[in-house]
Amino acid sequence: MATVTATAPRAFLPGILKHRAAAKLALLALAAAVLVPLADARWSSGSWPAALTVDLTEPLGRVSTWIIDNRDSHPLFLYGFGYVSNAVVLCVRAVYVVLLAAGWAGVTAASALIAWRVAGVRLGLGTAAAFLTCGLLGMWIPTMQTLALMVVAVLVSVAVGALLGLASGLSDRMDRVLRPVLDTMQVLPAFAYLLPVVLVFGIGVPAAVLATVVYAAPPMARLTSLGLRGADKEVLEAVESLGATSRQRLLTARIPLARKELLLGLNQTIMMALSMAVIASVIGAGGLGDRVYQALASVDVGAALAAGIPIVLLAVVLDRVTGAAADGQGDTGSSTGLSRRAGWACALAAAVAVALAARFAGRLDWPGSWSLNIAEPVNRAVDWMTDHLYSGVPVIGGTADWAGHFTTWVLDPLRDGLQALPWWSVLLIVAALAWVIGTWRTALTAVLAMAAIGVLGVWKPSLDTLSQVLAAVAVTLVLGFATGVAAARSDRFERLLRPVLDVFQTMPQFVYLIPVVALFGVGRAPAVAAAVVYALPAVVRITTQGLRQVDPAALESARSLGASSGQQIRQVQLPLARPALLLALNQGVVLVLAVVIIGGLVGGGALGYDVVFGLAQGDLATGLVAGAAIVCLGLMLDRVTQPTERRAKKGA
Amino acid sequence: MRIRTTATVAGACALLLLTGCGAADMTKQASPFANAQGAKSLTLSVQSWVGAQANVAVAQYLLEHELGYRVDTVQVDEVPAWDALSQGRVDAILEDWGHPDQEQRYVKDKKTITPGGGLGVTGHIGWFVPTYFAEQHPDVTNWKNLDKYAAQLRTAESGGKGQLMDGSPSYVTNDKALVKNLDLDFQVVFAGSEAAQITQMRQFAKEKKPFLTYWYSPQWLFEKVPMTEVKLPAYKEGCDADPAKVACAYPHTPLQKYLNADFAKNGGKAAAFLKKFKWTTEDQNEVSLMIADQKLTPEDAAKKWVDGHTSTWKAWLS
Repeated sequence: MATVTATAPRAFLPGILKHRAAAKLALLALAAAVLVPLADARWSSGSWPAALTVDLTEPLGRVSTWIIDNRDSHPLFLYGFGYVSNAVVLCVRAVYVVLLAAGWAGVTAASALIAWRVAGVRLGLGTAAAFLTCGLLGMWIPTMQTLALMVVAVLVSVAVGALLGLASGLSDRMDRVLRPVLDTMQVLPAFAYLLPVVLVFGIGVPAAVLATVVYAAPPMARLTSLGLRGADKEVLEAVESLGATSRQRLLTARIPLARKELLLGLNQTIMMALSMAVIASVIGAGGLGDRVYQALASVDVGAALAAGIPIVLLAVVLDRVTGAAADGQGDTGSSTGLSRRAGWACALAAAVAVALAARFAGRLDWPGSWSLNIAEPVNRAVDWMTDHLYSGVPVIGGTADWAGHFTTWVLDPLRDGLQALPWWSVLLIVAALAWVIGTWRTALTAVLAMAAIGVLGVWKPSLDTLSQVLAAVAVTLVLGFATGVAAARSDRFERLLRPVLDVFQTMPQFVYLIPVVALFGVGRAPAVAAAVVYALPAVVRITTQGLRQVDPAALESARSLGASSGQQIRQVQLPLARPALLLALNQGVVLVLAVVIIGGLVGGGALGYDVVFGLAQGDLATGLVAGAAIVCLGLMLDRVTQPTERRAKKGA
Repeated sequence: MRIRTTATVAGACALLLLTGCGAADMTKQASPFANAQGAKSLTLSVQSWVGAQANVAVAQYLLEHELGYRVDTVQVDEVPAWDALSQGRVDAILEDWGHPDQEQRYVKDKKTITPGGGLGVTGHIGWFVPTYFAEQHPDVTNWKNLDKYAAQLRTAESGGKGQLMDGSPSYVTNDKALVKNLDLDFQVVFAGSEAAQITQMRQFAKEKKPFLTYWYSPQWLFEKVPMTEVKLPAYKEGCDADPAKVACAYPHTPLQKYLNADFAKNGGKAAAFLKKFKWTTEDQNEVSLMIADQKLTPEDAAKKWVDGHTSTWKAWLS
């Protein structure tokens, strides 16, 4: 990617950059010199001034009471949300009934055959194995429930996302309007808006599906828009010269040309919907997520893992199959349309035959005796681990000691330092960072987001959360860059690493809450650990990819000049992969922030705890304000770490 | 498969648009997974603690095997569970620890929920220290002496003070106010979930370390980690009326069942059964321990208990 054309201007860029950055900072310093004394005199320093906060407890409390009182009678609900809710229930039910009617054999056969047609024999077999494993783990019915939920949620997300993407891909004005909306949707942690959705739709599947759609639609919209905008100009001109109307142009040229992006969007949407499937179990979505969540309640890691594995398997299968569909358009072109259709017909017939055979054999339900009990050995392993690592390990000390030191030496000073800073200096730092890296617009957004946190009256807990995020990001980056460099230098290591990363990226976060507490005790340290585990895969992946894309010629010439491998990394690969590393930083921040709320479940406190508290107590004021503060933190951090060019989609 | 599924979904949605002309009643929606094979069904709410799981497991087992119902369970926190109960998303809560606001709103004002009688178990919240610690230092069991032990109870999280560990945000707690009003040198640290709290307590107990925690009975963990209650200023009726001024212990609460009003009226045998469901603390603990410690599935645990206590549950069915 970063070829010679990119390296040529680099030679004189730093000079300009330095000059520009210095000018920006000077300007900012000037503004600060005028504004700070004023602000200081008016509101004094220290924590965010009380005069500048707005208390939303009262109005939000009224809103929630109004909804509860009118939910069963007001036309808005009877003729509006009620229909939405009913439609979701009906659709999910329809899919679920079809899946049950096909039986385990039918579903397995059908999905394996689809995977085979789309992505080849190996993935077909893999898919069959994945579904059979779900059955073996005794999770067939929950898997089908999750699948039913997913099918509906993904279809709706794709429809919504494609519409939004179409609008912003075809009209520049819509693009400008939608861009910040999509940005916000992407940094919104899913937990934060569960509460309002639950309040309107009540506990259960409709709320879960709608929350999933909000979460999963943005990547589809973004990639659709990207695809439409990226369409080859020459082809479009050719089509235009043939006299096609704009509608024909869209249908015959632009959409087909954007096929790759559309499929990639589908892929991303599926991944995000699946990760939401577990979080949605907190509001009664049922299925695999619910099993994970219930296992958590009885502190049963084994059972949680048994329900988590099917989620990982579903994610890997869906990812590979849709990924292959996006990549594979080139080589399917070789076979003719007729034989492709025949292949599909065969696949369909085979699937129906298997389903019918199973039906007549009376084998619709997964046979109860075919099961594999993994819970017990897993629990034994976890027990062993915590018995032997928690404390008293010679020389290095136990994990509990590390956690204690990490809290006292890193988290405490960081938190206290941030909270001790005068409020205006925090704003200044944010402005300076965001402006140096980006434009005055990004700087303004960042400052406004940070100020909004103060206005909402959650300045202190937000800085507490921020300190945890910063610590977690730092650890993630150190580990991630080190692993990424190793993986980029060794093909074998990368191959070994890939399935591990897959598992960590898709395993529901709830599964590793208990082991994390067992190792690190209750508090902020386990919350940081959970965040690191979650964010690490993306950072490793982006780093590896970035390093591997460094121009081989540059590396070769460095080698011919006799650079040692350490020098090669430091002086050639890392500088050339700078954009990728910045992207990794940005993704690390966004993903760590997504786990902040989960951290509230293991003693992380601060904003995460408030969101969980709001959800558990039906307290809209506490939950929504904390959720909004997390969103603002996310926006701020995103802008501060975001290179000027718009980066790729979330979850990379 | 995928194509057929899509077609079915599209069909269902179209059908809905065609037929949906009346008002859509938000209180009349069950789970889409319920009744999938045409059985009589009901939905029970499970809360996150194991005692609640035990109630539901036994009720579910008997409803399925003795009365022929299909039972769905949903795990929901307490306050949202009341909401779900009033909407008919769940049919019953089997263990409620007292939510006066919700009771006023749904039972008295809106009449969408009716009381289902007592569970037979009395709940009590309090502050506990492990018994091994209380035996070494008998005076720790009075709140007046707690400050003496603050240094021993310090952790990295409690910032120089002693740590009082609280649990899930969904639980009823006055601990922050208590620490402040009793002027104790302690910091309340929220474990954030019961699972995290239990894991931490077991970890402490394994090393015989002292700790102070918010905890409640009945609870199976007492069998694994014996704990002694710390005496707080005695509870008097109404002393916890103002959440900011609380300076007394928690009450003893006879746990209650609540049913959705429609279900209570038209629920037939299932509703009658749930109203009669009543057992003792020992019974509940027996089942809880099987689930949480021996890692039996709730269903297996319920079966074991049901097989050994025929006389108890026969009375619920009559």
